[in-house]
Amino acid sequence: MRKTIRFIRKGRMVELSSVEPTAMLLDYLRDIEGCKGTKEGCREGDCGACTVAVGRLRDHRLVYEPVNACIQLVGQIDGCEIVTVEDLAEDDGHLHPVQQAVVDQHASQCGFCTPGFVMSLFTLFHATKGPVTRDEVNDWIAGNLCRCTGYRPIVDAAIEASGQPRRDRFAANSGDTAGLLSFLADSDDVFIGDDDRFIAAPASVDSLAALYERHPDATIVSGATDVGLWITKQMRDLPKIILTGRARGFDHIADTGYELMIGAGATYARIEPHLRALDPDLGELLRRLGSKQVRATGTMGGNVANGSPIGDTPPLLIALDATLELRKGKQERSIPVETYFIDYGKQDRERGELVTGILIPKLAPNQIFRCYKVSKRFDQDISSVMGAFRLTVGEDGSITEARIAFGGMAATPRRAKRAEHALTGAQLRDSRAWARAFGALREDFAPISDHRASARYRVETAHALLGKALIEAAGTASSRTRINGVREVV
Amino acid sequence: MDAGDPTHEDKPLAVVRQPKAHDSAAKHTTGEAVYVDDMLEPSGTLHAAPGYAPIAAGRATRMDLDAVRKARGVVAVLTAGDIPGVNDISPKQIGDDPAITPDKIMFHGQVLFVVLAETRDQARRATKLARIATAPAMPLIDVDDALVAENHVHDDYGFLRGEPADEISRSPRDVTGEFRMGGQEHFYLEGQVALAVPGEDGDILVHSSTQHPSEVQHTVAHVLGLHSNQVTVECRRMGGGFGGKESQATQWAVLAALGAFKTGRPVKLRLDRDDDMAMTGKRHDFRVDYRAGFGKDGMLRAVDVTFSARCGYSEDLSLGVVDRTAFHADGAYFYPACRIVTRRMRTNTVSNTAFRGFGGPQGKLFAERMMDHIAYAIGRDPLDVRKANIYGGVGRDRTPYGMRVEDNILPEIIADLERSSDYWGRRREIAEFNAASPVLKRGIALTPVKFGISFTLIHLNQAGALVHVYRDGSISLNHGGTEMGQGLYVKVAQVVAEEFGVGLEMVKITPTSTAKVPNTGPTAASAGTDLNAQAALAACRAIKERLYAFIQETYGAGREQVKFRDGQVLIGNQAMTFGALVDQAYLGRVSLSSTGFYRTPKIHWDRAKANGRPFFYFAYGAACSEVTIDTMTGEMKVNRVDILHDVGKSLNPAIDRGQIEGGFVQGMGWLTTEQLVWDSTGRLQTHAPSTYKIPTSSDVPADFRVTLYESGGNREDSIYRSKAVGEPPVMLAISVFSAITDAIASLKPAVMPRLDAPATPEAIMRAIRATTGGDG
Repeated sequence: MRKTIRFIRKGRMVELSSVEPTAMLLDYLRDIEGCKGTKEGCREGDCGACTVAVGRLRDHRLVYEPVNACIQLVGQIDGCEIVTVEDLAEDDGHLHPVQQAVVDQHASQCGFCTPGFVMSLFTLFHATKGPVTRDEVNDWIAGNLCRCTGYRPIVDAAIEASGQPRRDRFAANSGDTAGLLSFLADSDDVFIGDDDRFIAAPASVDSLAALYERHPDATIVSGATDVGLWITKQMRDLPKIILTGRARGFDHIADTGYELMIGAGATYARIEPHLRALDPDLGELLRRLGSKQVRATGTMGGNVANGSPIGDTPPLLIALDATLELRKGKQERSIPVETYFIDYGKQDRERGELVTGILIPKLAPNQIFRCYKVSKRFDQDISSVMGAFRLTVGEDGSITEARIAFGGMAATPRRAKRAEHALTGAQLRDSRAWARAFGALREDFAPISDHRASARYRVETAHALLGKALIEAAGTASSRTRINGVREVV
Repeated sequence: MDAGDPTHEDKPLAVVRQPKAHDSAAKHTTGEAVYVDDMLEPSGTLHAAPGYAPIAAGRATRMDLDAVRKARGVVAVLTAGDIPGVNDISPKQIGDDPAITPDKIMFHGQVLFVVLAETRDQARRATKLARIATAPAMPLIDVDDALVAENHVHDDYGFLRGEPADEISRSPRDVTGEFRMGGQEHFYLEGQVALAVPGEDGDILVHSSTQHPSEVQHTVAHVLGLHSNQVTVECRRMGGGFGGKESQATQWAVLAALGAFKTGRPVKLRLDRDDDMAMTGKRHDFRVDYRAGFGKDGMLRAVDVTFSARCGYSEDLSLGVVDRTAFHADGAYFYPACRIVTRRMRTNTVSNTAFRGFGGPQGKLFAERMMDHIAYAIGRDPLDVRKANIYGGVGRDRTPYGMRVEDNILPEIIADLERSSDYWGRRREIAEFNAASPVLKRGIALTPVKFGISFTLIHLNQAGALVHVYRDGSISLNHGGTEMGQGLYVKVAQVVAEEFGVGLEMVKITPTSTAKVPNTGPTAASAGTDLNAQAALAACRAIKERLYAFIQETYGAGREQVKFRDGQVLIGNQAMTFGALVDQAYLGRVSLSSTGFYRTPKIHWDRAKANGRPFFYFAYGAACSEVTIDTMTGEMKVNRVDILHDVGKSLNPAIDRGQIEGGFVQGMGWLTTEQLVWDSTGRLQTHAPSTYKIPTSSDVPADFRVTLYESGGNREDSIYRSKAVGEPPVMLAISVFSAITDAIASLKPAVMPRLDAPATPEAIMRAIRATTGGDG
């Protein structure tokens, strides 16, 4: 048992013995270290002004990922290196290549978002080898908001910097850093506090499950991209926090050939390539989920476990007929993802029971998959409506099975069973069956109006998405049906 | 005089016109640029958090703050009764805007009390422990509610020319329309913040993130019952302003100062983002009702338009904001006869305020929608209709408010852009694309911008500066303008460096302070550089006059034999460094410090008679945008944008380009993704970046071509013949809105799509339904 949090700052190990369960990394940096370069813009992980780089070993390689410090618990950084904007320039004052590019391109105006952008660009610099494209940059900085520049010079700065060799003090020290990180990666459970108030980071899934069974009132935290806001915005006091990030194997991803096994602790960033290989729409959906910062820490397990009606992954998982694995103490069980969501705020999860993994069957050759997300802003927004469709087509061209799931249409992510029924058995190109399905879809859902969309728009859009899926499944190129996210190489 | 002649410069410029980096660029990238929240806190600093009204209208009948007072870390809880002076923060001091409301509640989020605690977290948590009993009243939420209730913050105002009603009825063709445009949250990345430090004799120093230090100073004094000379307000930089810190930074500075006054300890107040969005005003949203009469060719005969603005619970700056809507209701077009009415409606929502463009964009959006409406009604290309109606030609140069448009370069700008953007070629391609594409439709629009430069409240068109030259030749510069990212500081420093013939590195830019330059106006109306650079230039010239006299006396050389260049002073055949000269001057007992003052010439405005010349000049530009819409979901993508914008002869082309691009993208956000939603109880639903969506990088078109118009220079005697550039580019984004309208219009000939702003996917779908004959 270890009673400290350890991490690397400026080449040295920092060890904290007194850590409040809800202490945030941003406050640690600004108020304890006095490093004021990292800014607070929104305190909810949506603007990126607080972006810092987190260094970790992945497959024995040092990688830097951008993270929103404002909703990152101090406990979560155990075993990592934290790099902030103050650390980048050389000791003689020479700017880092990404900083110099930002200056050269006139890419700062008020400058308040700039440290966050610099850190995102720093992680991009280290994650790539040669020149990057505008699209890659856009994706990388989707979680950084700038209100002054209109972004063009920032993108140009990223492109300029990417033409430079990846030489900086971090590359030079990467051996030492990797050594330190290996040293920090011990197999001790971390527990700070007492039975009434603690933050814990068990080192194995067994001790994680055991601790949660003992403290079923604790809050399980993987990425904190949602729980972080309970603390910073709802001002909730969460006296017992159990972090999943150190539990060995909890983030395991395995490909069995016919299905993907995704450990509940796997981040979106790591899941993305696997899902993209399943279907390009899945890859694009994951790319649009949150931002680089959110995907670096957020997990699919957490997205499902929280049971949000507007989470982006549950409709996919339901349409794909995925299975959820749960564990309480030593007891394990599996259920279809779709039955997990009982009602708004109510899931099929017992007190003290953990979501441990998700099994996603791969698509058969005779299955067509589509998913679409509609939101006010294209990147880094929450869906107004999200639809996922898996059609199994028989040799005779008829639909033998239709699985259709929507988010944003009800209190839980849910299947459109009447619409599925209307399509099942029909020929894929049978426009009368389509019409029946559109009609049935109106019976399937009675959505609400809120600030994202009206009930009417939601109904209309669900219809449109089903229509798109059918048109594309029937052979129309997505370049004719989509503004973004075209599947075919054109 | 080098700043005087529009066409030629009598000496090559070394610093002015160069694309110098923002003065803080490197510090921005290293995190060393200090914002108010980053300043080292004096020991004993307390943190303040406001507690606010849980209803939108009514009264707080009882406030039980015992639990708040007893909460961990709480040092004091302040209510309206703690205010020693006048409880009013309204810019005009008209008493409609309490710093802390005593009991009457005018909007959800109005400040009821303020907690002072040892830490910010303690203060925020303690606010949640208040128990507030209320007697709610029925709130007026939107403009329609207020129109029914006839509740105004100020009298209607407008312009009348001729007999528009008769003219419209006599016109061969006419259109009638109505549409809505939403407001806009500033979303400065740095939220509202102030740090107040008490001094001796009851003096207070306030570090405030404000565009208007003098107003903060006067208001703090007013609320605390002090003289203005006891209050100093400083601002080195803001993390964005956009108008949101013109009048509405004041309250937070006042509350921090009140806390410091009451406790004798420094107090910092930094709003949480969600509180900031709920508690501070936004761009005014409008309902617009119009009729227009015109000929079969689309030439206007008469316009009758009524703008109804949601002002919120108090007047704030709504008088001037909505006046500017009226001033820009003509867009760039000549209205032979017109009635322009503006109504300022009072609602139980946060008090709307300045936002880049200050009401102008709203007036302008109307003008462009009317042009589109006319074009679709008669089946002409919207660009042809725009060109037909643009100012120019005999008897077609007078605005509805009587000022003549004397400097119009729009015909040239439009012609250039029409060519460079290949408007007509693409118009044909788009028609072909649309004919073959059932789901996706494209649209294109080219719209002009004409924006009046000067505060229409004439007394604000003045500025002061303070310049010191030290014995080593280094220069300290101060002026009343504030830096919010727009590059004002570096532009003024360029002018100063040029004047003394030294490098930019010799000019130290110092924080704006009411103790250095008093009685300043806000940094607003795009006029920051026009005013402050002139004031700084005047200060430099006063010092130079003394140096010329000293040189004459010492070296017997007249000023025509003296040149200040490359850090040197050349006197006839003699050369010395600037530092050597000023050191000699010092020993010769010459003052090396001066104030400078500037007042904009030529302008005058009689609001009651609606006549005069409110603007020194106009800034012009045009943009051509192309979009694709998805007619099944209403999603939209901007494919390409071409901009040609007039900045006169630029002081700094890199900074100016930044303003153009940034302003365009901000305007595009206003008209597309940024939607403010209040629920029926008056609670703002979109109070964080998770729910309020400003543009992100991928919303900016990959094909984004921005060109500065090759201008002969401002025809008026502005600083180095440059033009103001802060606000006008926002309105270039109207081209995106018109292009969306155009894409929808492709679905059915001769129908004007009824599209409200912002054009969210849902709004686009609604417009598609209305256009194709469904319902609206």
